[in-house]
Amino acid sequence: MEMRMKLRVNPILCDGYGHCAELLPELVELDEWGYPIMPREPVRRSLAPAARHAVKMCPRLALSLEKSER
Amino acid sequence: MSVAVAAERRADASARLLAPIDTPLPRRRRADLLAEIEASGLTGRGGAAFPTSVKLAAAARTRNAVVVANGTEGEPASWKDKVLLAENPHLVVDGAMVAARIVGARRLLFAVGRENRTVRKRLERALAQRSDGFEWFLETVPDRFVAGEESALVNHLNGGPAKPTMQKPYQRGVLVQNVETLANLGLIARYGADWFRERGTADEPGTVLVTVLGAVRSPGVAEVELGTPMRDVLQRFGGLSALPQAVLVGGYFGTWVRGHDALELPLADAALKPLGAALGARSIVVLPQDACGLAESARVARYLAEESAGQCGPCLFGLAAMADALETLDVDRLRRLAPQVSGRGACAHPNGATRFVASAVDVFADEIARHRAGRCTGSARSQVLPLGASREWR
Repeated sequence: MEMRMKLRVNPILCDGYGHCAELLPELVELDEWGYPIMPREPVRRSLAPAARHAVKMCPRLALSLEKSER
Repeated sequence: MSVAVAAERRADASARLLAPIDTPLPRRRRADLLAEIEASGLTGRGGAAFPTSVKLAAAARTRNAVVVANGTEGEPASWKDKVLLAENPHLVVDGAMVAARIVGARRLLFAVGRENRTVRKRLERALAQRSDGFEWFLETVPDRFVAGEESALVNHLNGGPAKPTMQKPYQRGVLVQNVETLANLGLIARYGADWFRERGTADEPGTVLVTVLGAVRSPGVAEVELGTPMRDVLQRFGGLSALPQAVLVGGYFGTWVRGHDALELPLADAALKPLGAALGARSIVVLPQDACGLAESARVARYLAEESAGQCGPCLFGLAAMADALETLDVDRLRRLAPQVSGRGACAHPNGATRFVASAVDVFADEIARHRAGRCTGSARSQVLPLGASREWR
């Protein structure tokens, strides 16, 4: 079975720079204070490279991809 | 309220946790103790109701385990841990030793709130009387709402602020257990799982400590069986002193239930779940007919916003925005805020606060309409829901 990955944010580290929403508009929305709202669904395979890039670019290292339970 | 309120209730025949103990703690094998606790069905009494045996077994798989007895009770509407520690500290220490034996810990840490000196002195005296060969420490913690959350407590014990972290302490061998949970371990180790299950319901066995405030004749703390009808629970506090407008079940992470509905409920999560409510740490506040539930809730919403540790953006900004919206009667804004706040912090603080505010908007809908028309039900002089005052994090 294919490995499914979920995008997660560490809310303590996150300072709302918003790079993730810039880089991954298909998956990440910002709330009214500029903090990212994570998608409930695992990351689609076609978006996996973009998601990995967004994880690398987070200035607070708050974003991660973790194995999905589902 | 003083911790003395429990003393007059100790004669009660159903008391277990608040009854004096007169037998020594038997020495039993780790595996037997763990099996007994699993069979008892005991769940955590700090509010989350997590199966105690699961947590113990996880900590037992780690090396260099430490047991932390959590008596911080930062919830201003709850007094049950303070009463338990003041009235029956040896039973809590027994339970901490049972937990230590199961997880292989040599060190016991006891954490209590900084402000209540009686609690600290009674526990200190009890610990000084013991000679069980365990190394123990007693730490005081700022009396903040989130300071007793497991990771926040451990962060503070490690020298940091009493603010939550992303760590799960028990997976790293730090077993944090509420003091009432530990007291139950002290009893189960003595009398066994079958004895424990003689009280309560099949799904929610045992007795629990409840704090009842508001419109009862004798507010305070009492021990009751899980499953006891709310009406009978309130009788233990002298009965109602005024018509109940609504009942807050589960403290400030809890849920308002309309007065009449609440009286018919049994004190059990199974009965509360359909109402979106849970027992939590069993703080119950009866709102009298002459109080304004909206004003009371708005005060608590502001307090919960100020109790945010300020680490997670959605909690820091979201709870303040919710408190603003409740004060300005902006129900539409509250509906939009809830999904932006709940579930988006490192701990459950934003979730609990959101639930509390949502239930206030639901149960006090008529009061909101009244306020919009420039009127208010409240004529009571005193405030019903107590707030904490500490501004410290260290």
